[in-house]
Amino acid sequence: MLSYALRRVAMSVPALLVTALIIFLLLDLAPGDPMAQVPLSVPPEIKERMREALGLGEPTHIRFGKWLWQFFAVEPMVWLDAVLGTDLAQDRQRVISWQTRSPVMDIVVERMPQTLWVVGMAYVLGILVALPIGILAAYRQYSVFDQVGTLLTLVGYSVPPFFSGVLAIVIFSVHLGWLPSIYDTTHRVTDWHSFTIQVRQMILPVMVLAVQTTAQISRFMRAAMLDSLRQDYVRTARAKGLNEWTVVLVHVLRNSMIPVITIIALGLPQVFGGAIITEQIFKVNGLGQLLITSIMAGDLPMVQTVTFMLAVLIVAFNIVADLLYGLLDPRIRHD
Amino acid sequence: MTEPAAPGRNRALLRRFTRHRGAVAGAAVFLAIVAAVWLGPFLWRVDPAAIDILARNRGPAPAHPLGTDQLGRDMLARLLAGGRISVAVGLAAMALSLGLGGLVGLLAGWVRWLDGGLMRLTDLFLSLPLLPLLLVMVMLFRESLAAAFGPQTGIFLLIVFAIGITSWMPTARLVRAAVLEIRERDFILAAHAAGTAHVAMVTRHILPNVMSPVLVSATLGIANAIVTESALSFLGLGFPPDFPTWGRLLSDATVYLQTHPGRVIWPGAAISLTVLAINYTGDGLRDALDTRHRMTGPSRI
Repeated sequence: MLSYALRRVAMSVPALLVTALIIFLLLDLAPGDPMAQVPLSVPPEIKERMREALGLGEPTHIRFGKWLWQFFAVEPMVWLDAVLGTDLAQDRQRVISWQTRSPVMDIVVERMPQTLWVVGMAYVLGILVALPIGILAAYRQYSVFDQVGTLLTLVGYSVPPFFSGVLAIVIFSVHLGWLPSIYDTTHRVTDWHSFTIQVRQMILPVMVLAVQTTAQISRFMRAAMLDSLRQDYVRTARAKGLNEWTVVLVHVLRNSMIPVITIIALGLPQVFGGAIITEQIFKVNGLGQLLITSIMAGDLPMVQTVTFMLAVLIVAFNIVADLLYGLLDPRIRHD
Repeated sequence: MTEPAAPGRNRALLRRFTRHRGAVAGAAVFLAIVAAVWLGPFLWRVDPAAIDILARNRGPAPAHPLGTDQLGRDMLARLLAGGRISVAVGLAAMALSLGLGGLVGLLAGWVRWLDGGLMRLTDLFLSLPLLPLLLVMVMLFRESLAAAFGPQTGIFLLIVFAIGITSWMPTARLVRAAVLEIRERDFILAAHAAGTAHVAMVTRHILPNVMSPVLVSATLGIANAIVTESALSFLGLGFPPDFPTWGRLLSDATVYLQTHPGRVIWPGAAISLTVLAINYTGDGLRDALDTRHRMTGPSRI
């Protein structure tokens, strides 16, 4: 198991380097000039110096190498310095955002809590709602609950967040006036009253995101339960006189959870990546919103770094999902 | 030589599909939507770009069944015109994604020495954060393509290409798995013995037999492409403002959310209904084509 894990991690390193290169080249080879917005009255030699100040004067492979060094060596040093109080990084150049001229990682750390709160909360809530729906729908297959549940999850799966989000604002903010449509990030929770304000502003974005998670996970849960319910050991468990609760919630559920847990693990990178569209609709300034604003502003170091971090998370959670599968299902052995 | 895809099998498939009532309804609704956006502009002959500033922000009336927007343009005409582009993008992107995925899967499954490399490539694409890259691609290349092919064709090509190149991987995996399974069957051995050439082998024996997983992923691919295009338009990275797509109409309407909240309903409902209809069809197709659940052997692990 350990050797398998180490082998997978080792194999993912070249894959991630290729990924980093693909992202870098895509950004680098694209037509369009980062200096395009500089006024025409700026003389060309000054433009050339501005270009060099952004690190654009050098050939592609040198810039890619520098980015790799900054991302994999300097940033961990800065992080260690902050945690341990050492001085490893000294004054080495960090990855700098073109938009704000401050280190990219500082901004990412700033944006992380909002995303984790809103998107993470929605993910947890969505799963908690999805599991009972999936279990009951499978247990009572073709019942009214199953039919209605399948219809509703398919609707939830089909309505894109840019419509459900807007619709939620129309209903709950414009017509009923119950909830705010804009997420105020500067709001600080200090007492009970400010806490209720925080909860109220989180309801809409969390609800919109949770509906999507619920729709996806409950469909998986239902399919996995249906697969397990047909197995012979279920008949055996019933035949030896176990009560129905034990059969369904212990014997069947434990086996059905294996693929579902894998799916949940595979979905986790999205939580860190933030929800680009939902964050944009409710003006949550999380990572998704950071990404879209940087893309629109042509802030290449920021886009490169955030996109690559997402790729790392996707690869990492793929490995985690495979390892979990091996741990949970004794029939699968990674040797 | 036996022909594996006999006409009797197709009839059985159709029967199983029609038993799934939701799927039949879904297919009917989708075809109705396609017909409406295709034929609608011939019946409702109002120019979607005609500005009538005196009649702006009107509610539903006989002259404008769905009302008018902030420039007095007829919403029904814009909805139909937008649907044309959205559905066209969905179909074209699906075709590209299917072609790419089918080719990669076929080559990986049929040509042994290509398998490893092509599957690593598929894994690599699967580990890319696709939505951010899609946004980056559209953002960076839109102006040069719009200049080269004109604003509408350029952006259409770009969006179809960007969606196609980021969504072919599941199809490739499905097709490869199906090809690997079929190539071990006896009728392939028989065809080999009869001296069938490689190309004929693929077109006559492999392709007809991998059609069922491809059909399901094609259906779901249309829905995926329509949602992605609308998301791009919604973020302001899709078609230019003169070309209304459903995503663009929705995005434009959100600006007037406070004063005219009803205007977001139509484009949003059009997208959702289309995607729901397609997903229902896909579900029904999968149930009809999935042989796994009909082999009720107790020994299945």
